[in-house]
Amino acid sequence: MTSSSLVNEELQPTPTPSQPRPVSGLAAVGLVLAVIGIAMTVTAALRLRDYNDNGVISTILGIIFVVCSLYPLWPTFRAFQHGARRTALLKDDQLVPARRVAAAGREEAQIAMGYAAGVVILSGILLAAFANDGGVAHTFFTADAWRQSFPEMIRAFWTNIWVAVVAQVLVLIFGLLLAIMRMLPGRAGAPLRMVALVYCDIFRAIPAIVTILLIVFGTPLAFPTTAKWDPVWLGIVALTMTYSAYVAEVYRAGLASIHPSQSAAARSLGLSYTQTLRTVLVPQAVRRVIPPLLNDFISLQKDTALLSTAAIAEVVLTSSLWQSQLFNLSPVTLAAAFFIIITIPQARFVDYLIDRDAARRAGK
Amino acid sequence: MAFLEIDNVHKSYGRHEVLKGVSLNVERHEVVCLIGASGSGKSTLLRCVNALEEIQEGTIRIEGDTVTGAGVDLNALRRDVGIVFQSYNLFPHMSVLENVMLAPIRVAGVSKSEARERAMKLLDSVGMEDKAPSYPDMLSGGQQQRVAIVRALAMQPRVMLLDEITAALDPELVGDVLEIVRELAHGGLTMLLATHEMGFAKEVASQVCFLDAGQILERGPAEQIFEEPREPRTQQFLSRVVKSGRL
Repeated sequence: MTSSSLVNEELQPTPTPSQPRPVSGLAAVGLVLAVIGIAMTVTAALRLRDYNDNGVISTILGIIFVVCSLYPLWPTFRAFQHGARRTALLKDDQLVPARRVAAAGREEAQIAMGYAAGVVILSGILLAAFANDGGVAHTFFTADAWRQSFPEMIRAFWTNIWVAVVAQVLVLIFGLLLAIMRMLPGRAGAPLRMVALVYCDIFRAIPAIVTILLIVFGTPLAFPTTAKWDPVWLGIVALTMTYSAYVAEVYRAGLASIHPSQSAAARSLGLSYTQTLRTVLVPQAVRRVIPPLLNDFISLQKDTALLSTAAIAEVVLTSSLWQSQLFNLSPVTLAAAFFIIITIPQARFVDYLIDRDAARRAGK
Repeated sequence: MAFLEIDNVHKSYGRHEVLKGVSLNVERHEVVCLIGASGSGKSTLLRCVNALEEIQEGTIRIEGDTVTGAGVDLNALRRDVGIVFQSYNLFPHMSVLENVMLAPIRVAGVSKSEARERAMKLLDSVGMEDKAPSYPDMLSGGQQQRVAIVRALAMQPRVMLLDEITAALDPELVGDVLEIVRELAHGGLTMLLATHEMGFAKEVASQVCFLDAGQILERGPAEQIFEEPREPRTQQFLSRVVKSGRL
């Protein structure tokens, strides 16, 4: 066959094989890091034991920490072994096996470095907790302060939880209404579109704490009949007003992300604009915006703490009362722990929902 | 008076004129194929008939009823005119059965049990009854397109518009879908279809229209258009189709 212009007949020369990459240097770095980590862990374990007056639990914990910190030595050792084999194979002129061994050795050295770095960071945190002769631990992590404040704290935290749940339900509804208002078609929809736009702009601009102060303190003054109401409800109103503006934006982004062909298909079947929204667009949009919605919900949960500025007895106000009484910040740390404990399971739950929805649609 | 009358329709997107005065009559039980290059306005014409696009000039009438312009009950029009899209456009959050039952229940006011019965019968006729509880993402393109056809048929339309419904399918799945369309044609359903399947157009079309740059350049019976096209643009288009092995 004659040569065509599309095919080049000149062959490339065979490239010369490359040398195996070095191993021992990396392994040495791993070793240094591992030793630093072990030294730090031993120091931290000793501090932990001293701080707890040689208590049994703290001694056992310290031993466990030190044993764990020894782990990076093993991949370091393996890396050095591989390095030695690499040298031997190279002397034998076995290039390809030498390259393989070198690659495996570098992998081991990198594992050692990764784990040693982890040990350094964790033991560093532990050391920081016992810094200043246990001053840090005493200020933030005093078990006795936790014990004293716990019953009152958990009761106060219940307020945060139900305020958040009620506000979230209201935000879901009100936010969707705002989002739909912003998407109303035609001239007839123009005034409502404008109202929704202005609402979202204003309430995203005002700091949540300002809205809370205005609503909770202002409403009883403006309408004396509401003075007997529980201020918590006004707090819920304020949070709902603020967060609806954010959630409306999330919904709107979700609705806008549905391909126009979905709307065309629904309309072509004779469904009205409202029916299309309700049966086709909103259900798909809601599924898509669950992760960003959860983000806003976690913010909302945390912002229930702002109700403390309006003298509502939620967990942060309670913790700061205990803090001034005990002259110790451990109750505030406890409040932080409460928020962490309720937030993380929600994040995992939403991950689960997303996975389940994807799996169902893919037929698994 | 023809069943579907398209009279001097103009459509533009901003400055860009896509349809430049298209006129076309479709008689009852007739199957009209629109052929032409991409961008010639085939899809736009179909979308205009279903009022998914607004037209700037001209009128479209179904059985003498003007269905374009102000004061038209679009939802009523769309009940009579079904459309199937190239990209299926099934609702991904609903099962196959729910996709088919949605419009009969919400729009036609059919009872749930009757809608279910009719949907199952239709799915059965295209060999999809066992997929009724499945979701669209679990189906192949050909299966999705069969469901889309059934979804449109469930509203018992008087005209079906098919917009290049096999263009997105793998070659071996095209046959199943075309078989259904063939059956609909033999059953006497009035259809207006844009297609690149020339062989199929030749077989089912009672009239073939060649669109070029927003106008119907040539129209006539399938044999005439494919065997002895008069216009040079039609000849050029068809010779390219032959070269690509599609005819």
